[in-house]
Amino acid sequence: MNKNELQKLEILATKIRIDTVESIKSIGAGHIGGSLSIIELLAVLYGSKMKYDSKNPSWDDRDRLVLSKGHAGVALYSTLAECGFFDKKELMTVNNGGTNLPSHPDRNKTLGIDATTGSLGQGTSIAAGIATGLKLEGKDNYVYLIVGDGELNEGQCWEAFQYIAHFKLNNCIVIIDENKKQLDGPSKDIINPFNIQEKMRAFGFETISVKGNDIEAISEGIDYCKSIEDKAVCIVLDTIKGQGIRYFEEMAGNHSVKFTDDNVNNETEKILREMKNSLKEWE
Amino acid sequence: MFTLDSDNDFGMELRAAVVEELQDLMKENSKIIALEADLGSASKWIDISKSTPKQFINVGISEANMVGVAAGLSLTGFTPFIHTFGPFATRRVLDQIYMSGAYSKNTINIYGSDPGFTAGHNGGTHTTWEDIAVLRSIPDVVICDAADAVQMKWIIKEFSMLKGIHYVRGNRKAVKNIYEDGSNFELGKGNLLREGEDYLIIATGQLVSEALEVSQLLLEKGITSDVIDMFTIKPLDRELILERVIGKKKIITIENHSIIGGLGSAVAEVIADNGIGISLQRIGVDSRFGQVGTPKYLQKEFGLTTEKILDQII
Repeated sequence: MNKNELQKLEILATKIRIDTVESIKSIGAGHIGGSLSIIELLAVLYGSKMKYDSKNPSWDDRDRLVLSKGHAGVALYSTLAECGFFDKKELMTVNNGGTNLPSHPDRNKTLGIDATTGSLGQGTSIAAGIATGLKLEGKDNYVYLIVGDGELNEGQCWEAFQYIAHFKLNNCIVIIDENKKQLDGPSKDIINPFNIQEKMRAFGFETISVKGNDIEAISEGIDYCKSIEDKAVCIVLDTIKGQGIRYFEEMAGNHSVKFTDDNVNNETEKILREMKNSLKEWE
Repeated sequence: MFTLDSDNDFGMELRAAVVEELQDLMKENSKIIALEADLGSASKWIDISKSTPKQFINVGISEANMVGVAAGLSLTGFTPFIHTFGPFATRRVLDQIYMSGAYSKNTINIYGSDPGFTAGHNGGTHTTWEDIAVLRSIPDVVICDAADAVQMKWIIKEFSMLKGIHYVRGNRKAVKNIYEDGSNFELGKGNLLREGEDYLIIATGQLVSEALEVSQLLLEKGITSDVIDMFTIKPLDRELILERVIGKKKIITIENHSIIGGLGSAVAEVIADNGIGISLQRIGVDSRFGQVGTPKYLQKEFGLTTEKILDQII
């Protein structure tokens, strides 16, 4: 990846991160931790890898994205807005009554959302079905499936993984966001996922581990997955819940954050200022 | 229009009717995909894997995944049909049908086989007298109970042309034919099979056959009755009920399902909503679990044979 391309994606990631924090802050609370952990991934996908037309969101020849960890919806909305699917002003309506941007993605409400998710585990099978449909149609498009590591508690994930591996659906790029925390605490203390890479390999996937905040590494990881023929592919994305903002990274319970505390609000304002300043420096 | 079958002999197996119809439809429409959850030998969907292998997917023993894969196929423009036994096709995957299916406005056609006493030797674990009840509360879901093979074939064909979530339940084995080949129906419209003055009998599924026999036995006692085949339980033909209830002494519903949440409840809602002061007798299963036995034994045990139904009415 050349320097310009990298900087373009870093700028996009920063914009998505700012939008995510601002829209969650505008409603006073929301799923910030798991949204922030996939920002670089979304920037790489929508900024460089995915085939789409933001002016024609239902374009038949587009790649698809299934955010199975639906609670990170705000990160996806911020990405879609930055990439021209709808006006950025709409981000400030997240979770308001009558909004087109509900907490969890709804394909019938939001332009650019390919699958309705939020009941964990179900997106994995929907992505498997989309990948099957694309293959049956003879299309060379990809479906990107983003799954949470906590979500792996759901048995349906493993049903879908067996299916994807059995049918060698290499057009379904499975990305597991290993941010190591779920709502009630560290995943290893709730239901230990043990070694996710080993599990996916045992399930028949070509599996790689990629640093979740490293734009170049994510990009290379996706290219590697696309080079694999005749085998299911999986990226285990090594992330931090709250990634990219130290204050949220260090917060113990950061699954859903309430913006009612002065300290939280002051820190957030400071962070937003810093991020906006770095944008100015880049631009 | 429909025509009543004059002999009331056993027709073709309902599973064979489903397979035959799907095979015919799939020849014309490459967008139809049949999905099985490792019951292809039991449902005979294995035959589809031979006739149109590219349009058949066995997902293995993973019903939740099957519903999700069907939803994904719908999102890419396909028309999926899925099969598994009734309990697994409904109560096991209720949230998948809700979120990946109905709420998302995807298209999934579901055949839930061997409802109620027809679970037979699979026993109480496999008995579903709740499938209609659990699905009925989800918006937009169409729910049918096939009376015979002719109607089952029509239902499958009709489903193949529509968008949305459609569920049909039916015995895998043969049931007595009610209708002549070539009969046509309308989703959401009940079929008035017999007219009378005293009772309004509303039945669904293979018990329509028993309802007609009960009506005949009542006639011998000087009681005449309407018999309606309410093969679509959702949407329910409220107009037909309101039209035929006028002047009747009582309404009787007959179903191979719990009396809680099924046809009987749906009819009760219609008469309550419209302030109709008339007695309603719901014949079905009254909050009991299933058990093992032959379908014939179970039908008797749970009070759903012609004789047992008649005993309850009189």
